[in-house]
Amino acid sequence: MSKLALRHLSCRFGSVTAVDDISLELASGEFVSLLGPSGCGKTTTLRLIAGFLPPSGGTVEMDGDPISSPASALPPEKRNMSMIFQSYAIWPNMTVAQNVAFGLEVRRLARAEIRARVGHILDVVRLAPFRDRYPAELSGGQQQRVALARAIVVQPAVLLLDEPLSNLDANLREEMRYEIRRLHDEFHITTVYVTHDQAEAMVTSDRIAVMNQGRIEQVDEPRALYARPRTRFVAGFIGRTNFLDGEVHGAEVVFDHFAIALARFDESPALRGKVAFSLRPQSIHLHRQPPAASERTCVIPGRVVQRAYLGEHWDYAVRPKDGELQLRVTARPHEVFEVNEHVWLEVDPGQMALLGSSIGT
Amino acid sequence: MRWRHLDKSVFLWLLLVAALLVLVINPLARLVWSSFQDGATGAVTLDNYLAAYGRWRYLEALVNSLVLGLAVAAVCVVFGVPMAWAVSRTDMPGKGLVWAAILGTFIMPSYLGAVAWILLAGPNAGWLNRVYMGLTGAAAGPFNIYTMAGLVLVIACYSFPYMFVFTRSALDLISSEMEDAATTLGAGVLRTTLRVTLPLTLPAMMAAFIVAFLEAIALFGVPALIALPGRIQLMTTTLWQFFEFPPRVQVAAAYAMPLLSITALLFWLQQRLIARKGYVALTGKGGERRVVRLGAWRWVMLGYCLFITSLSFFLPMVVVLQAAFAKAWGRGFSLDNLTLANLRFVIVDQPITRAATVHTFVYGGVSAALALGLALAIAYIVHRRLVPFGRALSYVAMAPFVIPGIVLAIGFYAAYTSPPLALYGTAWILILAFTTRFLPIAYANSNAAIRAINPELEDAVRILGGGRLLALRRVVGPLLKRGLAGAFLLVFIPATRELSSAIFLYTTGTQVLSVLLFDKSDEGNFEYLSAIGLILVLGTVTLVLAGLRLVGRDFMLTRTTTT
Repeated sequence: MSKLALRHLSCRFGSVTAVDDISLELASGEFVSLLGPSGCGKTTTLRLIAGFLPPSGGTVEMDGDPISSPASALPPEKRNMSMIFQSYAIWPNMTVAQNVAFGLEVRRLARAEIRARVGHILDVVRLAPFRDRYPAELSGGQQQRVALARAIVVQPAVLLLDEPLSNLDANLREEMRYEIRRLHDEFHITTVYVTHDQAEAMVTSDRIAVMNQGRIEQVDEPRALYARPRTRFVAGFIGRTNFLDGEVHGAEVVFDHFAIALARFDESPALRGKVAFSLRPQSIHLHRQPPAASERTCVIPGRVVQRAYLGEHWDYAVRPKDGELQLRVTARPHEVFEVNEHVWLEVDPGQMALLGSSIGT
Repeated sequence: MRWRHLDKSVFLWLLLVAALLVLVINPLARLVWSSFQDGATGAVTLDNYLAAYGRWRYLEALVNSLVLGLAVAAVCVVFGVPMAWAVSRTDMPGKGLVWAAILGTFIMPSYLGAVAWILLAGPNAGWLNRVYMGLTGAAAGPFNIYTMAGLVLVIACYSFPYMFVFTRSALDLISSEMEDAATTLGAGVLRTTLRVTLPLTLPAMMAAFIVAFLEAIALFGVPALIALPGRIQLMTTTLWQFFEFPPRVQVAAAYAMPLLSITALLFWLQQRLIARKGYVALTGKGGERRVVRLGAWRWVMLGYCLFITSLSFFLPMVVVLQAAFAKAWGRGFSLDNLTLANLRFVIVDQPITRAATVHTFVYGGVSAALALGLALAIAYIVHRRLVPFGRALSYVAMAPFVIPGIVLAIGFYAAYTSPPLALYGTAWILILAFTTRFLPIAYANSNAAIRAINPELEDAVRILGGGRLLALRRVVGPLLKRGLAGAFLLVFIPATRELSSAIFLYTTGTQVLSVLLFDKSDEGNFEYLSAIGLILVLGTVTLVLAGLRLVGRDFMLTRTTTT
């Protein structure tokens, strides 16, 4: 049985549908991210799970029991969850230790027990020397760790994080990603993490749910999400990509000025009519001479139309056979080509991800 | 079961609606309603309007009030704008002293200023006349405070701080870069001032002009002390005469309508002027503000500032202090004229004044607490969207802002002299009227305080297992404490000196100091009046000092005027 389940959950504000019929299940101890652009409904979803908002449709279930439905919602304070807010929401009138102890006091634990648990968690987040400071006397990263400690110390059934790193500077953000994952590996709390930053989601999560316009577009492990995006939105939102629109004609898929044999694609039996693929810039290789033909790859002639040197790699724009289509290609620093130089593109159809939303359009 | 699902905040909402009904809506409705009511039979009639506007004397009072308002506002420009510019943009010395004197002007109740000016410029006996006669040997002095000019001067002395504060904050927002931009395009100093600096401050000055105008036409204390003996008819003094025995409440209500509508209209206009933020907010915080070097003229500027503040603060303070400690104020500044008898008489010997002193601070404190509690509850449920139609509640809470005190008092009189709520004759009618009158100040401050608290701080309490009440007790309450102490004082201070609504609602058992001061003014015992005034000022100074400690330097000057 799943720990937390969203079933056909919807939330409307007036005529605006913020969350539109989403379903998601989390196994106990799983870390799932809700990833999407601002306004996609991810924070609303989190607040629905927390119980700050009643759903307009669908249910939220914990351990099989419904805790939110349009008819009634268990108030947030009865859900045994904890949450980390975008603003951290650390109470400025309490010291670090008082902040962390608050949830334990509400649960009426014995004083000695509270002392022990607060002491332990402050050690874990490396804040022990700051226990008697007020939040205003802490740095941004330290405040963030107070919020983490306060949320984890109560050992909640579910931990919710709402863009917790968006107020930190870049270096600190990178450090805290690993901190969050480290704490999860230590405590195994079932976690829902909301972010618009794909790198954050990739580092921390077991699975990522990509959201767009109130709907979940795809739920997958980070690697699968990157390698096999199933919709145009997911492919474009996670990393950079090339979109290739083609049409099936007989034994070939015909693209702009070039074609690839239908049999080369894994999904070949399902392909018919118009099709669209996502192809990552680093899955294309450039050659000066036509490379030896192989079982897996196919080779297309083209011309370099633009290039930029970015230090870690080259960024080329290549036009296959002088068509309209421009492909972005990422190459290693020593692979130097001139603008207007004729090159050979080596493409592996097995790395071309078929975009589901394009089927039938 | 259904009970548990019912949102309990509905009851709070009903309670607040009931409070606002009693404090704001009922008095206003009864004011309008009684203006159409026959005093004896209660039948609907227009006779009140005929009685109120049927005599030339009453119409003349209306015209006089408007002239007074315009004159006061114009004098405020002359007083306030140069001072604001000097303090904000020049290297004039002694800015701290000027600022302190303006704060002092703010603290001094305007009716006490009127008492002081009677001592200064009363015909013949006034200090200025005696100095003039002493210097020139003339038989009579040229000054007479019991004239329209005298009235304008006294009211302007206590309204120009608005002009100063509004203009200064507008000037503070204009960076020198804006003026430099004009200069680099070839404009000279004069053209830059006329085309850039002045237009940018104009909306603020217009807003202050309106405030000064409204203050002048709605004021009761100063006109009662100066216009009544000077036989100048004004709207507020005419309203007062309608209340002389037997009170003609219905006629007074009808007569109050122009005052109410002018005030409402002009406040609406003023809000629109201030709301045109595009004019000011574009400036941003960047850009340094260079001071204009005045050279020798800075001493002239300081002289001007000290001259104005002498009229409004230093001279009145000196003569009030002298009279309060004098056996007879006319005998002047000599040691054998010094006595503590006046203060002793007011504080210890006279049971009426002793009681009035207690009343003043108790009523002020209770009404400040009530206003703040109500304002906080409304601001909280509006911001947290706990109930539908929260916005409507906030509009009602701000409504008394456009009701002149004297008009509000007539509304309270009309609403609460008869059952079911016969409050007239008790302290409660004064306390509730003060609560209503200063509710907008409390609301504006509560609103700002609540807005500053991130709702996530409360969400954090709830998700960790605490209820909304625990969140209020452990987080919201402690965080509000500091700001609310300041807000409490901002209501408490004006409530302790309020005269225009108190004068219609007090009875013999419920006098406050301001009423007593006005009541005793026709006895001509100025030593006694000054002693009462001094107690009020000392009480206020204590409160303001507490406010300065809690809130900081700009307490009162910025916060009362920007509500």
